[in-house]
Amino acid sequence: MEILNFKFSAKNKGKAKGRAHVGVVGSGDLEVLLEPLDASSAQVRIRTSVPGFSEQWKAVLDRFFMKYDGAVAIEINDAGATPGVVSLRLAQAVEASEQ
Amino acid sequence: MSTDSILSTRGRVWFEALAGQSGKSTDPRDPDSVLVADAPLGEAQARFLCVVPNAAARFPRAREGEVGLEEAYALATHVREVIDSHKSVDRRPIIAIVDVKSQAYGRREETAAIYLAAAVAADAYASARMLGHPVIALVVGQALSGAFLTHGYQANRILAFDDPGVIIHAMHKEAAARVTRRSVAELDKLAETIVPLSYDIKDYAKLGLLYDLLKVKDADKPQTADVDLVKERISAAVDDARRGPKDLSSRWLSAAAATTRSATLKTREAMFSQWSQTS
Amino acid sequence: MTTSTEALPSAHMAKRRDSFIELNGRERAITFFDPDSWRELLGPFDRIESPWLLPQNVTPQSDDGCIVLKGKIDGISTVVISMEPAFQGGSLGEVSGAKICAALDLACRDTENGIRTNAVLLLETGGVRLTEANLGLAAVAEIIASLLSLRKVSPIVCLSAGTVGCFGGMSLVAALSSYMVMTTEGRLGLNGPEVIEQEHGVEEFDSKDRTLIWAIDGGEQRYATGLADVLVKDDVGEIRQAVRSLLKAGVPSVYRSEQVDLYRKRIAALDPAYQWNPEDLRKTWHRENTK
Repeated sequence: MEILNFKFSAKNKGKAKGRAHVGVVGSGDLEVLLEPLDASSAQVRIRTSVPGFSEQWKAVLDRFFMKYDGAVAIEINDAGATPGVVSLRLAQAVEASEQ
Repeated sequence: MSTDSILSTRGRVWFEALAGQSGKSTDPRDPDSVLVADAPLGEAQARFLCVVPNAAARFPRAREGEVGLEEAYALATHVREVIDSHKSVDRRPIIAIVDVKSQAYGRREETAAIYLAAAVAADAYASARMLGHPVIALVVGQALSGAFLTHGYQANRILAFDDPGVIIHAMHKEAAARVTRRSVAELDKLAETIVPLSYDIKDYAKLGLLYDLLKVKDADKPQTADVDLVKERISAAVDDARRGPKDLSSRWLSAAAATTRSATLKTREAMFSQWSQTS
Repeated sequence: MTTSTEALPSAHMAKRRDSFIELNGRERAITFFDPDSWRELLGPFDRIESPWLLPQNVTPQSDDGCIVLKGKIDGISTVVISMEPAFQGGSLGEVSGAKICAALDLACRDTENGIRTNAVLLLETGGVRLTEANLGLAAVAEIIASLLSLRKVSPIVCLSAGTVGCFGGMSLVAALSSYMVMTTEGRLGLNGPEVIEQEHGVEEFDSKDRTLIWAIDGGEQRYATGLADVLVKDDVGEIRQAVRSLLKAGVPSVYRSEQVDLYRKRIAALDPAYQWNPEDLRKTWHRENTK
């Protein structure tokens, strides 16, 4: 099990209106828990059963936080999702958090 | 294939030692694999039940001590007899002597809904317990998976011998290793720290599911002193069951469960607290 | 993460209109409730997850693969419990087991106190989670005990919709419920085909023979032999309607699991000298001869 922690600057405190939960820890998929954070940053914690991909995680998250500036805490429980699925789930979580 | 190619005799020898008779059923519908007898236990009469290997069983996948279709229905019949013949007063104890290597794995069994047969037996045992019959399981050998669910796991109190031949588990070791994609050695290593994976009865006792772990001199050959001891401890379990609630809460409220099953307790507590909240 | 180029999980594909089995466990549970009448208990943000998986390098899920929703169905308080098929094959662990057991106990308590509470169990499950082995098996025994207490006072409807099916110890739970609903994609059996093949070889059970598997465990067969109460299509509306009707019917007067003599007779009449054609069983185990 690998546990990864990332921090990003994120100014927009009211961006996420509520919590959001999407996805399932099933083969090739992941679960995302997103919560508004009262801070000027965003935190991401990843638990993954597939170790050795921290560079790829960082790249996906860098890209995500280039467009997204919400102050949120994100937890990811991963069962070997591809970068495409990770991005899709993050986008779904953001969408759900803004409803 | 199971590790035990030699058929176990433990169930039969302990049945005979405790019930004082062979247990051959007088019900012509019964397979020879189900032993049943009424015998004294302390002051009371108790019904003893056991499943043993039967090389001549009608169903080929139920010849080595597995609990098959006929075994499950015969158990249910004899448990319900006790319920029906001792209504209101004298709720007799029912003693399940357990040495079952597995449920019967077979195409015929699936076709004829062995899951229902297992449920019918579990229903009978649970119904007896809920009506106030002390139901005691004594594990003298193996108690595996669906076989234990069918015969014994609905008991108010579970006793087991502290002996290397006693195994209570969800699946036999080779199959469990295969399904979880591990070697047997890896599984053994994990089981040293992850208690519910262990095949050691001492670790099972840490889960808080056992009422009593009994040290006997010879688990294969009952000695007189051991038979007396086992009877005494079963009687104590019967008394304890009569005093306690008729559900299975004693399992997660036990002292051992407080540490090993802390997740169960935390889950129950959270469910009870959230259940009645209005959102 | 992986960088393989496998297809995206089915959840992302365009959903067939009104398919139930393409929904995840939570979405399935929601379909049964009166609008806006439900809330989730011990949801993902409570983070009550299995303590046994991380040390085995298995990623836990925040709800342990067991979704518990409480709300109203046709105005009656109901708890819907849904096993998430995609997490660990819908398997039962310590936490998911305790969730089910506690929810059934509370439904029973409320009903006995005059607040009638029904239960619906969506059983997409391979049975005991072998990474939690003995605590999963113990949980099955405890669920059975709680279910049998609740069954006396409130109806419990179980559903096997597919595609995992309902196997292992949880098949006993299905057999003990008040009513069993299956789809044609649903399956119900104690021992999965793979396990039987591993134990006794491919002649005993060819686990790759899908026709054989459905002929034995499939919803149509279980319904035709009187082992399921309703057979429905994989359709949200149909499944919802079937479950609502059964909940309305209330506590049944007869249970399959109490009909010891009937089933003993049926087993006695079978000749185990050869492997049977499952179709033939429909003649003698016809559903009209059952309840």
